[in-house]
Amino acid sequence: MTDITLHRRGPGAYATAFLGIAWRELLRFVHQRERFIAALVRPLVWLFIFAAGFRAVLGLSIIPPYQTYILYEVYVVPGLCAMIQLFNGMQSSLSMVYDRETGAMRTLLVSPFPRWFLLGSKLLAGVFVSVLQVYAFLAIAWAWGIEPPVWGFLAVLPALVLSGLMLGALGLLISSTIRQLENFAGVMNFVIFPMFFASTALYPLWRLRESSTLLHDIALFNPFTHAVELIRFALYLRFEPLAFAVVTGCTLLFFGAAVFMYDPSKGLWRKRKA
Amino acid sequence: MTHALEVAGVSHAFGRVQALRDVSFTVPQGRFVALLGPNGAGKTTLFSLITRLYDSTSGTIRVAGHDARRQPGDALARLGVVFQSRALDLDLTLRQNLLYHAALHGIPRRIALPRIDEVAALVGLEDKVGTRVSTLSGGQQRRAEIARALLHRPELLLLDEATVGLDVRARADVVALVRQLVAGGVSTLWATHVLDEILPEDEVVVLHQGAVLAQGRATDLAGAAPLADAFLRLTREAA
Repeated sequence: MTDITLHRRGPGAYATAFLGIAWRELLRFVHQRERFIAALVRPLVWLFIFAAGFRAVLGLSIIPPYQTYILYEVYVVPGLCAMIQLFNGMQSSLSMVYDRETGAMRTLLVSPFPRWFLLGSKLLAGVFVSVLQVYAFLAIAWAWGIEPPVWGFLAVLPALVLSGLMLGALGLLISSTIRQLENFAGVMNFVIFPMFFASTALYPLWRLRESSTLLHDIALFNPFTHAVELIRFALYLRFEPLAFAVVTGCTLLFFGAAVFMYDPSKGLWRKRKA
Repeated sequence: MTHALEVAGVSHAFGRVQALRDVSFTVPQGRFVALLGPNGAGKTTLFSLITRLYDSTSGTIRVAGHDARRQPGDALARLGVVFQSRALDLDLTLRQNLLYHAALHGIPRRIALPRIDEVAALVGLEDKVGTRVSTLSGGQQRRAEIARALLHRPELLLLDEATVGLDVRARADVVALVRQLVAGGVSTLWATHVLDEILPEDEVVVLHQGAVLAQGRATDLAGAAPLADAFLRLTREAA
């Protein structure tokens, strides 16, 4: 009864598989409306409450890419965009750990397509969802009076895709190392919070140096900082080569490591029962 | 003639724990083979190796003649799997679940849609295709997973403890369905620890503590005694 023709995996079959994986991510996303709302409420709370409260406390000098004095709310918006993507990346990694516990992960991995392709498709699908969330947030921020140049909304798209890929690949890598869902709380404490707070999402680098050179150095080496700066500069129609290089490099590194970890003969899976 | 599944000299260890020791057996084309073993015998490890969740430490596994390590894509394309843990998206309909699976095998929508109706009818769920999976009963979900495993027309069907957690009626339905598929020519490896799912004329591979203790027809293994007694005797001798 075997249908041999289907075993030839040409470009069309790859496209079918990718669209199928993306379509499932989107369907799941649509079905989990709470997830969308939660992803949106989090940065809005930061914007409406935290940033508004700190407006008076934190004075900002003119730093690139801004050409004038800006309000603190304006400063934090790119960081909050990156935060959405950070949470999204960790969320999809959480769902992969969950999938592995339920067996849905195995369904994906018994597909005849190469693993790098399956993981890459899942990653790209997750990035698509995170970009949608960021645009919803930017629209609300616009209504709140945070108005970057109109073309910035277009220019930020490639930056969002790239930063989404980096954070998603990090989530993928983490999902390959976590064995159980319970361990995920550790990810919050050891990955999300340090990455977010020790970065330029909430305060510029020169401010950090004033209080602690160590913190400044940590933030400088934090890939999340570069994701934030890439988004910030793109939103104001500027290209930041260092951030681009770091984010691209980290994406390749994290994704390569994740593919290695999910490889049947190399990764950690072979050493333990999954 | 190539076998649907050929396992030759397969060993696997998790660190120092030896999960499988020199396991060899075959599933001939169109035949039903029961992999019988208590919990912890290594059945799930063996399934993970066949489905390439990880590679074996040594030995070879061939699915319809394709080496799982050297030609993983070709081997996996010929494999239909029902895992022990449930693996359907509960929020999605049965059709959406099956379309996703079809996509994972590179089967485009226009071919997948009529085939979904076909396999759904085969497992008796033709009127549930548009239903959310969360509203299906445990037995129906199992049958849906069998439909999914058949969607890409595999040469070998693997079922890992497919009746676990089902009530008596649902269990009987699933067993009957698989028997019917085998009669239709589907080669099947059925892992179980439940002895009454095995018929006297079935080919049985007894796995215990990671090694094959015995293999052959159930009646030949059991002799005059009931299969359960033979099984207990074998595992006691090995222990």
